[in-house]
Amino acid sequence: MTSQQERVGVYVCHCGSNIAGVVDVESVVKFAAEELKDRGVVLARDYTFMCSVAGQELIEQDIREQGLTRVVVAACSPHLHEKTFRGACERAGLNPYLAEMASIREHVAWVHSGHAAATAKAKSIVSGTVERVLKNEALDAIKVPIDAATLVVGGGIAGLQAALEVAEAGYEVYLIEREASLGGHMAQFDKTFPTLDCAACILTPKMASAGSHPKIHLFTWSEVEKVEGFVGNYTVSVKKKPRYIDEDVCTGCGICVEKCPVLVVDDNFEAGIGYRKAIYWPFAQAVPNLPVLDPDTCTYFIGAKTKDKGGCKACEIFCPTVPNSILFGQKEERVTLKVGNIILATGWELFNARRIPQYGYGRLANVFSNLELERMCNAAGPTGGKIVLRDGQTAPKAVGIVHCVGSRDRNYNPYCSAICCMQSLKLAHLVKERSGAEVYNFYIDIRTPGKDYDEFYQRVIDEGVHFVRGKVADVSDVPLGPGEESGKLYIQVEDTLAGLQRRIPVDMVVLASGLEPRHDSAEVGKTFGISCSTNGWFIEKHAKLDPIATMTDGVFVAGCAQGPKDIPASVAQGAAAAARVLSYIRQGELALEPVRASVVEEQCSGCRLCNGLCPYNAISFVEERRVSEINAALCQGCGTCVAACPAGAIQGSGYSNEQLFAQIEGLLREVRHETEVV
Amino acid sequence: MSKPKFAMYWASACGGCEIAVLNTDEKVLELDANFDVAFWPAAMDVKYQEVEAMEDASLLVTLFNGAIRTDENEHMAHLLRRKSKILVAFGSCANEGCIPGLANLSTREDLFERAYSGPSTENPEHLRPQTIWRAPEGVLTLTPLQPVVRTLDQVVEVDYHVPGCPPESRQIAVVLDLLIAVVNGAAELPPKGAVLGAGESTVCDECPRSRDVKRLTKLSRIQELPSLDTTTCLLEQGLMCSGPATRSGCDSRCPNVGAPCIGCYGAAPGVLDQGARLMTAIASVVDEKEPEAIDRVLDGLPDPAGTFYRFSLAHSLLRANRAALAETP
Repeated sequence: MTSQQERVGVYVCHCGSNIAGVVDVESVVKFAAEELKDRGVVLARDYTFMCSVAGQELIEQDIREQGLTRVVVAACSPHLHEKTFRGACERAGLNPYLAEMASIREHVAWVHSGHAAATAKAKSIVSGTVERVLKNEALDAIKVPIDAATLVVGGGIAGLQAALEVAEAGYEVYLIEREASLGGHMAQFDKTFPTLDCAACILTPKMASAGSHPKIHLFTWSEVEKVEGFVGNYTVSVKKKPRYIDEDVCTGCGICVEKCPVLVVDDNFEAGIGYRKAIYWPFAQAVPNLPVLDPDTCTYFIGAKTKDKGGCKACEIFCPTVPNSILFGQKEERVTLKVGNIILATGWELFNARRIPQYGYGRLANVFSNLELERMCNAAGPTGGKIVLRDGQTAPKAVGIVHCVGSRDRNYNPYCSAICCMQSLKLAHLVKERSGAEVYNFYIDIRTPGKDYDEFYQRVIDEGVHFVRGKVADVSDVPLGPGEESGKLYIQVEDTLAGLQRRIPVDMVVLASGLEPRHDSAEVGKTFGISCSTNGWFIEKHAKLDPIATMTDGVFVAGCAQGPKDIPASVAQGAAAAARVLSYIRQGELALEPVRASVVEEQCSGCRLCNGLCPYNAISFVEERRVSEINAALCQGCGTCVAACPAGAIQGSGYSNEQLFAQIEGLLREVRHETEVV
Repeated sequence: MSKPKFAMYWASACGGCEIAVLNTDEKVLELDANFDVAFWPAAMDVKYQEVEAMEDASLLVTLFNGAIRTDENEHMAHLLRRKSKILVAFGSCANEGCIPGLANLSTREDLFERAYSGPSTENPEHLRPQTIWRAPEGVLTLTPLQPVVRTLDQVVEVDYHVPGCPPESRQIAVVLDLLIAVVNGAAELPPKGAVLGAGESTVCDECPRSRDVKRLTKLSRIQELPSLDTTTCLLEQGLMCSGPATRSGCDSRCPNVGAPCIGCYGAAPGVLDQGARLMTAIASVVDEKEPEAIDRVLDGLPDPAGTFYRFSLAHSLLRANRAALAETP
């Protein structure tokens, strides 16, 4: 069909003043209606908000009454509203893939200020899009079934919530946790703000239900290695690290832990202020109730490595089960899972305060991290809930809590970690309650935007906690001048409310270290086909309207993996991710974008150049016919193979050479006119 | 009834195309039996004035080999277009510029400098060829060199294309058989613009070597390899083989004997730019992650432009470098 026979409608959106404030919308409409008439444009209109119901109805009405065969909407990025306008076309009986968007908001109005140049560029883009849409072909969506099983990665509070919601709805869940127990960071805390209810009391019931739920299949001490496939049909390869425990036999009696003679510092759960054995439970309420053996500290393993003979084996000797639950020879295992959707709730890591040497963490004994203090406050922690100095017995008389350590600091992380203000207030309250010490909070701004959060702040003020507004410059144990005694820590700070420099002597300093993305978030993102922001947090599909989905369909994010957030927000996002997954599962099948690559067999010489390139493993080689073949359901339309095929034998529907060259011709319409005039 | 007229012309080319036609052996006699050979400078003496005197469209078919490099080439392209019913771009030069087309990476001045004052030339007086020379005996003229090499279809309308450097004699015979059959009413002409005497796929399709997934970690020149496996893909052995991006039809003659394909049959059907295709394809299978390691692999290609665009530069999207293009009127 030639352009003369097509009837193209062009719609230019004002987007309020977003576009109309920069681009002369009327002039673009006039250009399309008059100059592009010979290219098949039969009508051009503008409207304040094309995406509104009225705007969409405009298109539908014109398709029905004016017999449009092609639609161009010059508005925002297709990321935002391509589906909207394709939907409008479909409702009016036009194949949705005969509509195209011209991005004159993101590509023009938001990046230019000169009216004349911006308007000229908008016209070029509209011209290019009209040329392109003339070459579009009607495409049909590809239907794929959705596997009802769901993968949840991360057994912290966000992942637990998501797993339980999906399982409660009656669908299988595979819950993968890197550590030996579910629980995540929340399991380390004593109390939660602002209600001060016990973290364990509200968390462990969820851990226990996840552990015993018939629909939840737990893989702790495990990591996802590889993800293949696409929404509805993911194949996930999980590595189960050896616990050196026979999970089927072990009763969790704990005799092995009791008999193990090796005591090591627990840098993980106890944040370095407590001890564990070489064979240990991560913590008392661990789920599953199975110990894990650390081969790096176990006498047997060290012996086996260095002297060709083991040693000790106390755990095995005292294990009462038959057969014995200790398996020194246990190896890594790999499990392949089939799932339809994936929820990533991989959490966060604590900012390492050693990176700020002037605060003395790791150098001055009585400078603690907030996580260390959390463990110290915990009744089940190393000090039994007593607040003591590093010597393990002296109660501090004065404690300084430094806010924004590594957060809101251009030298480290520019973002606000969101939870540390409230956590610091909670710790201030607990320290005062348990030790009676004077507590100073050094803050830049106090941020308490949650429900009942500011009330808690007022309560802590009323309890007599001191607040000094200013960024701490330095923590030192060196007395300056005659008035200062040794054995104290001096906090040097500019009190910006009082307008003076202060040096406040304390016995203990607590650093409110911020939240950071997992150190391997970039690699994890790559495994799951999603990206990280410059700060390293997983990027959601839309910052406001879709903070749960990602750009990879069927992969959702929940909790702090997406950005710092508190427990209620993590729980809400976990539940929201589950709701999205359940909606997919209930649909039974999904319509996939028909933008797919396909091989023209007659032109394929079977050179196999494309075979190793597909990120979705959609390409296979058919030995009998000596041609390569693309699985349309696996293909995501990325175009890598289309570009790479040296024979031009792979075509990408929706992105044909004809479409792209026509679009370029259209974009350069004015240039061409000028040269022709010359 | 008189026999239809046949012509063959040699523009900017090496002459290999002419030899390839003669290599069809007795097919030349069949050509002569079915056609009146009206103009073929390599085979017989006919003056340009005689061609100019011919009636327009009086030649049934002209095989035009060679690129358009000089004013004379361009003049003859227009003349033969006018005189021919069917104008065939014959061989790589006429179709895509071929080796002469690589001159488009230089300006004329650079070319003269290299040719007449280069390291292998003894020319202390810096003599340069002149387009006009007044000698005592009279005025001598030489056709001027144009700024860039063009292909026949960049100058005049072309009816058919026969690729190859030179076209394989077996394939030329197929084309001549077709023309003879058309003359005798036994066949119809293919649609205008068709590629004759070639396949519809790429060289790999005809290559008997076994092939696997490509993972390039090293590119070598053939003389650098201690030995060559006789049965596996040359690209997989680290040789820069243009076969994957080159139109089939040659029966993979070069790879058959262990020499990598250099791409003389041009782009595969439907491909706009053979060099760009080859480049993206090779770049896609470089199996290294670190920039330095990738550079090391690519260092195995000492002349990327001359490798990827060995035959097709003049007909590519870029056509020539900016300096050379800037001199075009």
